[in-house]
Amino acid sequence: MTYLKTLAVLFYEFFVTGVFAVGGGLTTLPFLMRMSQSHPDWFSTEDLTNMIAVSESTPGPIGINMSTYVGFKVAGIPGVMATAVGIVLPSAIIILIISRFLEKYMSNNYVKSVFSCLRPAVTGLIAAAGWLVVRETLFLYMPQSLSAVSGSFNISAVLLFAAIVILTRFKRLGKLHPVVYIAASAAAGIILKL
Amino acid sequence: MKEYFKLFGVFFRIGIFLFGGGYSMLPLLQREVVDKNGWATQEEILDYFAIGQCMPGIISVNTSMFIGYRQKGAFGAVSAMAGMVFPSLIVITVIAALFESFAEIVAVRHALSGIRVAAGALITSAVIRLVKSDVRSVTEIALCVAAFVVVAVLGSSPVFVVIGASLFGLVYGKRRRKE
Repeated sequence: MTYLKTLAVLFYEFFVTGVFAVGGGLTTLPFLMRMSQSHPDWFSTEDLTNMIAVSESTPGPIGINMSTYVGFKVAGIPGVMATAVGIVLPSAIIILIISRFLEKYMSNNYVKSVFSCLRPAVTGLIAAAGWLVVRETLFLYMPQSLSAVSGSFNISAVLLFAAIVILTRFKRLGKLHPVVYIAASAAAGIILKL
Repeated sequence: MKEYFKLFGVFFRIGIFLFGGGYSMLPLLQREVVDKNGWATQEEILDYFAIGQCMPGIISVNTSMFIGYRQKGAFGAVSAMAGMVFPSLIVITVIAALFESFAEIVAVRHALSGIRVAAGALITSAVIRLVKSDVRSVTEIALCVAAFVVVAVLGSSPVFVVIGASLFGLVYGKRRRKE
């Protein structure tokens, strides 16, 4: 394949992923699995495991991190551009179209009542996403019975968690930028060997 | 011109400090978009999350575009999105070029475990703030708890929650207007 054609195929594959990966983040994973089979010269399934680890451990949206990694490995910096534009373009087009209607229909009674029920439901969704993160970090292993719960806690993680939640509830400390807590926790992680 | 750079800058900061999936964006949005710049209310952000959950694409990127569009139209959307995406492009390119096994470095692993605890704690604190201001009536509490159970306990897809809550909203809203 010529270099230009590789770039075009990269763009196309990630555009398709951008169209069909609904819900974001790790929903791009099945598409990448398929890519590793249809383009074995790009990356292997093992590379994919490494990519997930890097994408989850670096800042930024996971889907963008994964597409950047693939783009760079396959075709360098132009590859990064091809995959990034490919994955973002479908939703960008949709948003540019619906944003215009959104403002118009937000005052519609039906739309209003739909969103008034969606807000508490989405709050529940965010709580669920948060719980999955919290569960993974606070427990050393999943307790099998209620009496085993206390022994399964990762004590230093629980203390760090409680400290942050309590501190952010205070008026003045709550105004600190979240990154202060993130940086302090990274340091705590290294010191406490979390 | 200045506004476009502002949008880019604010979302660039959010992009650098975003660890984990789309909803880890909430504490950063509350801080940068709701409190500091007043570009959207908490409720509007929830609306964007709900729409983002049901449409293709990456939720955090979609949310940045909705907020950018509200401020400065199509170019605002593109500026915000570029800001959101840029940190990833730079960081991942550097890591992919320099480290073969970045995620296996011991100090990196410990630092990340610490960051994950912070991410969980910051989301928890953001949810407490949301619940206090937006989940008040019995119906709202029921919807919130049901959504949590369906996803966290039953392990079903968030898309079903959004569809279910929308249908409920249509029926419930119609009934309330009749009364």
